[in-house]
Amino acid sequence: MMSLEFLIASAIGVLTAGGVYLALRGRTFQVVLGLTLLSYAVNLFLFAIGRLVVDRPPLFAKGVTDHADPLPQALVLTAIVITFGMTALVVVLSLRSFLESGSDQVDGIADGRDEGDAA
Amino acid sequence: MILFVLTILPFLAAGALAACARAGRGVQFAIAIGTSVAGFVLLAAAAPTVLAGTVIVNRIAWIPAIGLDLGLWLDPLGLLFAGLILGIGSLVTVYAQGYLAKDEATGRFLACLMLFQGAMVGIALSNNVLLMLLFWEMTSLSSFLLIGFWRDRADARQGARMALAVTGGGGLALIAGLLLLGQAAGSYELATILMRADIVQASPLYPAILLLVLLGAFTKSAQFPFHFWLPHAMAAPTPVSAYLHSATMVKAGVFLLARLWPVLAGSDYWFYLVTTTGLVTMLFGAGVALFRHDLKAILAYSTISQLGLMVMLLGFGTGAAATAALFHMLNHAAFKAALFMNAGIVDHETGTRDLRRLGGLAALMPVTATFGTLAAAAMAGLPPLGGFISKEMMLEESAHIAFAGQALLVPVLATLAATLSVAYSLRYALALFCGPTRTGAVARPHDPGLAMLGPPVVLVAIAILLGLLPMTIAGPLVTAAGGAVTGGTAPVLHLALWHGVNPALAMSITAVVAGALLLWRHRALAAILPAGGLPDAKRMFDATMAAVVTHVRRAMLAVHVASLQRYLFMLFAVAVLLGIDGTMTPGGMATGTRTTLPASPVAIVAWFALIAATLAVVVAHRHRFLVLVFISVIGLVMALLFVRLSAPDLALTQIAVEVVTILLLLLALHLLPKTPRRLSGTPRRLRDGALGIVAGIGTGWTAWAIMTRPVRDSVSAYHWANSYSGGGGTNVVNVTLVDFRAFDTMGEIIVLGIAGLAIYALLEPAARGAAGRRLRAWRKDMPHSPERHPMMFVMATRLLLPLGLLVGIYIFLRGHNQPGGGFVAALLFAIAILLQYLASGFDWTDERRRIGEHPLIASGVLIAVATGLGSLAFGAPFLSSSFGYFHLPLIGEFELATAMLFDTGVACVVMGAVMMALQQLSHVAQRAARASDRHDEDAA
Repeated sequence: MMSLEFLIASAIGVLTAGGVYLALRGRTFQVVLGLTLLSYAVNLFLFAIGRLVVDRPPLFAKGVTDHADPLPQALVLTAIVITFGMTALVVVLSLRSFLESGSDQVDGIADGRDEGDAA
Repeated sequence: MILFVLTILPFLAAGALAACARAGRGVQFAIAIGTSVAGFVLLAAAAPTVLAGTVIVNRIAWIPAIGLDLGLWLDPLGLLFAGLILGIGSLVTVYAQGYLAKDEATGRFLACLMLFQGAMVGIALSNNVLLMLLFWEMTSLSSFLLIGFWRDRADARQGARMALAVTGGGGLALIAGLLLLGQAAGSYELATILMRADIVQASPLYPAILLLVLLGAFTKSAQFPFHFWLPHAMAAPTPVSAYLHSATMVKAGVFLLARLWPVLAGSDYWFYLVTTTGLVTMLFGAGVALFRHDLKAILAYSTISQLGLMVMLLGFGTGAAATAALFHMLNHAAFKAALFMNAGIVDHETGTRDLRRLGGLAALMPVTATFGTLAAAAMAGLPPLGGFISKEMMLEESAHIAFAGQALLVPVLATLAATLSVAYSLRYALALFCGPTRTGAVARPHDPGLAMLGPPVVLVAIAILLGLLPMTIAGPLVTAAGGAVTGGTAPVLHLALWHGVNPALAMSITAVVAGALLLWRHRALAAILPAGGLPDAKRMFDATMAAVVTHVRRAMLAVHVASLQRYLFMLFAVAVLLGIDGTMTPGGMATGTRTTLPASPVAIVAWFALIAATLAVVVAHRHRFLVLVFISVIGLVMALLFVRLSAPDLALTQIAVEVVTILLLLLALHLLPKTPRRLSGTPRRLRDGALGIVAGIGTGWTAWAIMTRPVRDSVSAYHWANSYSGGGGTNVVNVTLVDFRAFDTMGEIIVLGIAGLAIYALLEPAARGAAGRRLRAWRKDMPHSPERHPMMFVMATRLLLPLGLLVGIYIFLRGHNQPGGGFVAALLFAIAILLQYLASGFDWTDERRRIGEHPLIASGVLIAVATGLGSLAFGAPFLSSSFGYFHLPLIGEFELATAMLFDTGVACVVMGAVMMALQQLSHVAQRAARASDRHDEDAA
């Protein structure tokens, strides 16, 4: 039988693989997409460190000992927000560099042969 | 406490001077002179205690973990050096008042001078080598600023840069040397290090330590072959030359050698390295000084020579020689500062410093000529001046030194150097004040006012007293300082003019006679010298620097290719390799024993959706709008997953962030290419794909291995147990964010705020330059809806705005006890407002905006910091929270916690940063769209 743990682990794996592949593409937007996928993977990984718990959110009640781990959740919460900050900065950076140079390539061969796309 | 006051006083003065840069000259000089004199008086008050044998120690722990204390001490050596710094400092500031023209930037000058003074006092008083390093670097910086004081002069700028490169480079070596020394000695505290000579000298690190420390000391004290920066530093205003480049800063290297003498001296390494360097420098400097024509150049090279003398004496490694070095330090400071002031007066009054254009000034400037001649006599080492005694001591000590088995080498060379110094000193006085009258550019130069004459006269008086009453004036101080340097009991010191007929007297008489002869045949000697003279150190330095820059640039270009792909590939590949290395641990990656949870059919369906969406993103990544749909599928599944796995806070945050992220990408895509051509070929894509798959398997498997293991001793237990009793909230995630780990959260919102401001900085100027041209030339590349603001959408979003804000407030208020809080609330606020931008257009919304993003971010950070500081006021650690339950009629029981105030700060920053990113992006898009519309109109 498939376990939840397996689903999460494989999802982390697939997201990482896709993220790495996309981050290695030659244009800014793909790199941004790759970073987005990688962020999902990393957040999920961090979350998984706290182990999977169903239906027991970390809301304190006296005497309860069986609950989801609050600490990874707090870390992931800030990670999600900071991911947005990072994505926004990278997106803006790539937009500005595109406007500045007319090319959205990051492979070091910015020879302007894509001027046609930019129009 | 007195030592902290002494050290901080000049820095406070520097701050005050910088603050009142527009105040009158009088005020500024009053601050500077007052500070220097006050420091000197304070020090003098402490002197009797120190001379009586008590070492004053003040200490505050700073970073105890790395052995860094704010530790200051005052021993006789520190007293001697600090006395020099503050005493000469007082006189120099007085002198500067006469020297600096009315329209000079006196505030800046004096602020730098005070900065320097504080740094020097810090070096003298540091009882911790790390602290001393800080002050050491500060002296290099302030020297740089002061040499380059006349910014408009190229020689000043180049001289400043050269001094910084040489002394700063030496400072780097010194950092390494002192760190190693601290490691070898097992402590960074000077008092401790000084007692561990045997441990340090037995350490295999000793040669390296010695070499590095000497590099630092020799560059600072302008020892051959690092001497060349000092003559170029003469581009500084003369008070600076008198203070930094003769009396104090260049002596910091000598001081360091004396300070570390107990722990480093005594070995053959020390003897040969230090003695040779000192001897060569002494001879070389004296020889060059004899043939210079610029007054300040003569003094600069003679300073180099005299510093060499002190270094050589310290190199001898005997207590008596070290004491002689200290006494000479005192003498040299007195007569050389006086001579620099003398040169400054001549320059000031005649407009030139060229010895060939000057002469016979004794009749015109009697006071200047008298004290100048006396100071030169002290430099020549003539009786009855202090310089005579210390030179005798030097000759006496050198007479006992056998260098590599040669008993005559050092005494002969020392006598030669003394001969040369007699010659250049006499030349200075005779050529300047006697002979035919030549007055440079001015017809009738005259003695300057009291401000410029007073200080050098005081110094010359001291130089005379040091000769006539040496035991009264300097005896106790030099004896005690000598004792501090040699570490043991003070050597028996008898300072006097007359020591009877001994080898030193014979050598001294030889030097005076030979020196006079040399001067007599000076013209003939100068003619013999090769026309080009010495190799030009400046040209060599410039060539070396240029070569360094070229090579560094070449190396950088070799490593730095403008390809992000290559860097990222390296990064991922290294990470994967490290991961593979990690799996080698036996049993480390096996499946654990924790019972797994069964997956429901719904979970499996969601999983399929996530996998399919991820693959779709990878496959269709060039169809950029389409990809955004898949990305949002992934985000949604993530949110659902958090709901299922007991993380309601995460689910709320995820879904809110998802909305703004997609909006952000949409806006950016508006201007970016939509379906670009493929760049990389198949082999490359296969290679990247393979790397991705390996990375994926690695992380996935790691996650699996972790999740199938039970938790051991998690710190989370503490958070759970103390959330309600200590933090006053039942939502442990929120309490963790705003209480237990509030400091982290504060760091995070600051980063987020910075990201927001960086986005502003990137997009605000996008309307200018090449970016602006591209924006104006932008044409719509997608079909646009004919109806810009659909009525239904506009009305619906306007109705939703207050509702959205209400939900946000509700989420915020309940955050401490139920899922919610500042982060989510801020995102909801932002979305509610962003909807207005979407529906009603940029202009409509922007006009109605009352609070800008900048104030939001700033006030958020301030609120968070203020909350944290507030707890300090109650004696609790930074960011401690407090809470209480209150009762209001009608509303009932409710809770108030300071953590909520902190959460308000968080909310403000998050909202500000999110709004900033989207608002700025849409602003740019708006500009482009307008331009496009104009093009269409023009075409029509």
